[in-house]
Amino acid sequence: MRYSHNVYLRFSDSITLASSAISKGAALLGILVVLTSCGTSENNVSSGNRTGTLHWGNGTEPQSLDPQIATGVPEHHIITSVMEGLVGKDRKTLMPIPAVAESWEVSDDLKVYTFHIRKNALWSNGDPHTANDYVWSWWRALQPALGNLYAYMLFPIKNAQQYYEGEIESFDEVGVKALDDYTLQITLGNPTPYFLQLLDHYSLFPVHQATIEKFGAADERGTRWTYEGNLIGNGPFLLVDWKINRRIVVEKNPLYWDMENVKLNRIVFYPTENATTEERMFRAGQLHVTNDIPADKIEVYRSNKSPALHLAPYLGVYFYRVNINTPHLSDRRVRRALAMTIDRESLTRNIVKAGETPAYAITPPGTISYQPPQEFRFDPEAARQLLADAGYPNGENFPSIEILYNTNEAHKKIAVAIQQMWKKHLNIDIQLLNQEWKVYLASESAGQYQVSRAGWIGDYVDPNNFLDMFLCGGGNNRTGWCNEEYDRLILEVAPAMKSHEERLAIFSKAEKMLLDAMPVLPIYIYASKRLIDPSVKNYDSNLLDQASYKDIYLDGESPVTMQVDK
Amino acid sequence: MFKFALGRLMQAVPVLLVVITVTFFLVHSAPGGPFDADKAVPPEVLKALEAQYNLDQPMWKQYLSYLGDVVQGDLGPSFKYSGRTVNELIGAGLPTTAELAFYAMLVALGVGITAGITASMRPNTMQDYIPMSAAMIGICMPSFLLGPLLVLIFGIHLEWLPVSGWGDIPGDKILPSITLGTAYAAYIARLSRGGMLEVLSQDYIRTARAKGLSEPIVIAKHALRGGLIPVVSFLGPAFAGLLGGSFVVETIFQIPGLGRFYVQAAFNRDYTLILGMTVFFSTLIIIFNLLSDMLAIWLNPKLRQEIRGSN
Repeated sequence: MRYSHNVYLRFSDSITLASSAISKGAALLGILVVLTSCGTSENNVSSGNRTGTLHWGNGTEPQSLDPQIATGVPEHHIITSVMEGLVGKDRKTLMPIPAVAESWEVSDDLKVYTFHIRKNALWSNGDPHTANDYVWSWWRALQPALGNLYAYMLFPIKNAQQYYEGEIESFDEVGVKALDDYTLQITLGNPTPYFLQLLDHYSLFPVHQATIEKFGAADERGTRWTYEGNLIGNGPFLLVDWKINRRIVVEKNPLYWDMENVKLNRIVFYPTENATTEERMFRAGQLHVTNDIPADKIEVYRSNKSPALHLAPYLGVYFYRVNINTPHLSDRRVRRALAMTIDRESLTRNIVKAGETPAYAITPPGTISYQPPQEFRFDPEAARQLLADAGYPNGENFPSIEILYNTNEAHKKIAVAIQQMWKKHLNIDIQLLNQEWKVYLASESAGQYQVSRAGWIGDYVDPNNFLDMFLCGGGNNRTGWCNEEYDRLILEVAPAMKSHEERLAIFSKAEKMLLDAMPVLPIYIYASKRLIDPSVKNYDSNLLDQASYKDIYLDGESPVTMQVDK
Repeated sequence: MFKFALGRLMQAVPVLLVVITVTFFLVHSAPGGPFDADKAVPPEVLKALEAQYNLDQPMWKQYLSYLGDVVQGDLGPSFKYSGRTVNELIGAGLPTTAELAFYAMLVALGVGITAGITASMRPNTMQDYIPMSAAMIGICMPSFLLGPLLVLIFGIHLEWLPVSGWGDIPGDKILPSITLGTAYAAYIARLSRGGMLEVLSQDYIRTARAKGLSEPIVIAKHALRGGLIPVVSFLGPAFAGLLGGSFVVETIFQIPGLGRFYVQAAFNRDYTLILGMTVFFSTLIIIFNLLSDMLAIWLNPKLRQEIRGSN
């Protein structure tokens, strides 16, 4: 695609012939062209392939680039390009790999981790990067005044939670110690097999003390230390430009310890809020990678066998919460009957259609080799029997149920399909209620709902991340369900298990209890959806949908040609 | 004229106060707060956040301190974009939105006035019907339809123009300006046709023609000034509307303007950002209305007379 002046001239010329009224308009167009046209005329993908610049659709404008304040996925992408934790992840398997720490040892009781920090790891201003940076950063992460929503990610560290909640005054009692400049010792409260994974979450990334203190107090929110020109990081890239709602540009960091293996020169992140616009940008060669694909376009790319279409399992579950304090939903048999009459195969094949898979448990299958128990299947016959046993034969006298969802076309389609399935198989009436996002959140947390749509995306690959949602009174439980034995299994028994298999067996036992009581109706496992230009190499879809920016490179000579419908 | 302007500005103060008050209590009474998220927010964190943004104070105190800040021109910090002030966010989006509105206005005026005059010269002939039907279509065609349509034709099929962006790729300002300007062009076409028809039937036009002046001179020198008064009084609201109503176009074309912030702010319950944008847009509307009224007075001797009479 080329934008040459000739084209404009021809364009204007042809219009001039049309009518005098419109010719004035074309003249104005001409003015606009003069005002706007200058410089080169090559699309982003081909110029990017030439210069090593990746153009990345990033969803939204980030709310913050402070790793101890940010909470979203768009923020994650940018932060992981400019900062790095002790441990990284293999881009395919997500297994922990050395990052800032070149090696580590774990004690026999699995509670003490000793990390050896690379001597050549530097801050982007050249300052040495030491074990004390972690002690200070995690002290900051645990200051309540900072309002860090991910503070709980540090709670596996001994006394971290007690310190955060004010039960312990002195940070010295928290299990983080710099043995010397390059040796960091972390003591956990309990063995936590996923602890290494947590170190690759941005909430545990180190932050540069001098910079933060230069722009405000350590626990002050919203200072200017994360702005371009101010931000000092330790990642493969440097923040060089941040134009609000327009773009964020990062460039290769010459002081990064693994600089010679960083292949890209630059990444441009675009706040592509609107998936339809984003898809058009992709088709016009303005983006290498999109953040999403509009639902109605997936079929088009699929039928064209486009190499750009990337659908992959994603560590998240779409489910319905059931408020068990609703009188007619307080009977376990009713909830099971509801779960057994959702035809998930049909739903994923005909309604959501983007590679999602049916979910029969709350934990996605294959989460660190964990296979969740299947306690039920689609079985309308048995479901009707259960409903009859609960006192509603053929759905008679059953009061209607209201499904609450946040206003969104996709959620609506699913709710309508489930409404029909329940009517057909159980002969019960369902009403749909949509609310705007924040209103829906308020209703759900206040328990003002009967059945409510929900989704949960894992932060780390471990069943614990899904199952600890349903602890008694947990902030994310919201169903009113509480089982002390379940809490004991998750909080006490599983962490004390010595072997991986034993631990998974405890999770399986706990999940069985959850599915037996059925305060939640699992529906499907999410899929990540992206359009990726074939010139993008070393991008591997993984469960967390996380890219390893330092590995990605661009090869525009790639023999694959795109077959995209116009 | 100065007295007139001053009087209008004085009237603006209570109007703004009402706008701020109503908006303040409306946004605070909407269900859900700025820090609600699908992941539960621990009570300690919520407390820290509310303390930081003074949300733990009684409502009347928050209201008074907000008013105090606004008077000093400080619209406060954004809740959602940590570290950004509302002034900064408006400052970041305004140049883009203003530029977009300006180009859209050029399109609207150029196309609209030309079409209106052309139509008024031979009323009830094809020369009238064609531009006026086109105007009707322009008014009826929403920008969320016209925008993607133009993108599909000129961006994707013909590959003449970029499909998104603002000032990033040569030519990327053309489609958004046309999309946003079209509806206004259509209004202006109808307004200028009406205004011109009225003026062209006046005696002094007949006199001008009787003097033997050529039609273009009659139109340009004698009819235009009076005929365009309805357009001029439309300009103020139109420009304010272009600035405040560019959200759809900004979304379609991925333009970093103010409109996107405004709508996102409402969804995020970013109280200060919603309030700040509302105050800002209200002020703009008041100013533009005033300017267009003053322009109309300057153009229209009748009105000038009235102002002088009332003074």
